[in-house]
Amino acid sequence: MYPSDLKYDKEHEWVRLEGDIAIIGISHFAQNQLGEVVYVDLPSEGDSVNAGEAFGEIESVKSVSELYSPADGEIVKVNASLSDAPEVVNEDPYGEGWMIQVKLADPSQIDGLLSAEEYEAFVSEEA
Amino acid sequence: MSGQLARTPLYEEHVALGARMVSFAGYEMPVQYSGITEEHQAVRSSAGVFDVCHMAEFRVFGFGAFDFLQGLLTNDLARIAGVGSAQYTLMCDEDGGIIDDLIVYHTGDLEYLVIANAANRQTDLDWLRAHCPPDVTLADDVVAEHRRGGGIVELADESDHTGLIAVQGPKALRIIRELAGPGFEPPARFHIAEARLDTVPVLLARTGYTGEDGVEIVCHATHAAAIWRMLLSFPEVTPCGLGARDTLRLEMGYHLYGSDMDRGVDPVSAGLGWVVPQKGADFVGSEAIARIRSEGPAYRLTGLVVEGAIPRPGCIVLHDGEEVGKVASGTFSPTLRTGIATAYLPVSLVEPGTELSVAIRRKTAPARVERPPFVKGTSLS
Repeated sequence: MYPSDLKYDKEHEWVRLEGDIAIIGISHFAQNQLGEVVYVDLPSEGDSVNAGEAFGEIESVKSVSELYSPADGEIVKVNASLSDAPEVVNEDPYGEGWMIQVKLADPSQIDGLLSAEEYEAFVSEEA
Repeated sequence: MSGQLARTPLYEEHVALGARMVSFAGYEMPVQYSGITEEHQAVRSSAGVFDVCHMAEFRVFGFGAFDFLQGLLTNDLARIAGVGSAQYTLMCDEDGGIIDDLIVYHTGDLEYLVIANAANRQTDLDWLRAHCPPDVTLADDVVAEHRRGGGIVELADESDHTGLIAVQGPKALRIIRELAGPGFEPPARFHIAEARLDTVPVLLARTGYTGEDGVEIVCHATHAAAIWRMLLSFPEVTPCGLGARDTLRLEMGYHLYGSDMDRGVDPVSAGLGWVVPQKGADFVGSEAIARIRSEGPAYRLTGLVVEGAIPRPGCIVLHDGEEVGKVASGTFSPTLRTGIATAYLPVSLVEPGTELSVAIRRKTAPARVERPPFVKGTSLS
C-alpha cells in the first residue's frame, strides 16, 4: 500500500524523485480516508510552491482537503486529466493519480521526508 | 458539543460493519460504510437501510389530541382524519419562525405519533408543553382531569425506547413483503400500518427522505438490531450512513432543519407554503404567516445547479458580481455528477434559468436556478 521507492509527508502526500523533479500525489491512506474523489483543484504550470504550503484542494462528496507541498520549487507539469477523471486518484494513487511535478529548488529537502516504513507506522497511529 | 454522545440501539451493528462514526445531534452516528457514492447509488437502484433511531418520537393521546396538535402545527390535521394516514407539517412560533419540521402519523383513535428532528427534541417538548391551547389540558393527573371534563392530552416522549429504521429504494417494498409474509398489504404512500416482520411487531410508515419508495420501520428499541440484521440478510440491501442520506435528500430538494430553515425563517420564504393551508387556519404563527403570504416574501429558498466546483454551506452566491445570498445546503450530486445547492435569494432572482455564480474558495463557478427535485424519475416520481 506504501511503495518503498517513494517518500511521504505527514499531510499524506507522496513524492517520487526523478533527478531534480519531484512527482507528487496523495497516499493510499489519504484517498481511502477521503472516499470517492469528485474534484481536484490544481495550480498552473509555472506557479511556485513552498514546503508546508497548500498548492491545491481535493474534494470528496462530503469534504474538502488541502493539498500540501512537501518541498520548495516550481511547478513544471500538472495532471490535467484529473479534472475530467478525479476518481483516478482513488483507483491509482501512485500512478495515473499523480498531481503535480515540481522542479525542486533543493532536492536534499526530500531526504527529510518519511520512508514508506516510517509513514506506515505514522498512519497506523492515526487510523 | 459538550458531554457524552448518546448511542442508538444499532451502535454495535455499525461498529461491526466498519462504519465511520461521527457526532450528529448529540449521537454517535454512522456517516458512511462502504462510501457515500456507492451507498447513494444502492438506494437509487436497489435498496438501502438507514439507522434513524436518533430521531425523536412523541405520542399524543386523548380526547384533546386533535385540538392540541391543530393549534400548534401549520398543516391541517383534518386532512389526516382517517386512522393510518400521515402528513408533513411544521411547528412555528408567533412570528412564523420554524421551530421544527415533523411528520404526524394518525396511529389510532385519539392517538398521533409525531416524528421530529433529534436535535430539536427538547425544544419541541418545551414548546408543546408551554403552548398548549387554552381548551386543552396536558394530563399530569389523568383521572382528576377527566372528572373536570374537556380536552385532555397525554404527551409522551417515546424517543429513548423507540427504534426507527428506514428502508428505501426501488426494491425496498419487495423485501418488506417477504419479511411480512403472505397476506400483507403495505400501507399506501404517507400512511402507516401495523405489521410483523418475521415475528417482531412494528409500525410500517410509507414515508422517507430519499425520493425513493420505501418504508420507515417504527419498533421497540430492543428489537431494532434484530430488524436491522433481517434487512441486511438480503443481498440487495446496503447499509447507508448520514452522508448518503444527505446527498439523497438534497437531490430531491427535501429540506434539512438547521441548514435549509430554522427559527429565523418562515414557511413561505422556505418554500414550504404548501404545508400551510391558505384559509381558516388558527394555529400559533398563523397570523404572521398569512401576513407574509399576502405581502410576499423578500427572499426564497432556491435550488441551484453549479458547474465545475462543489458548493458547500456558507459559500457566497453572486449576481453580476454582487453578493445576493449564501449557500444553505450544498453538495456533489452522485446522480447528476454536478454540484447542487439551495440558497435564500431575493425573489427577483428565483426564476428557473436565472444565471448566477457561487464563490468557491479562490474561484467563482457558474450556477443556474433550477426548481427541485434536481433528480427526476426516481421510484417515487
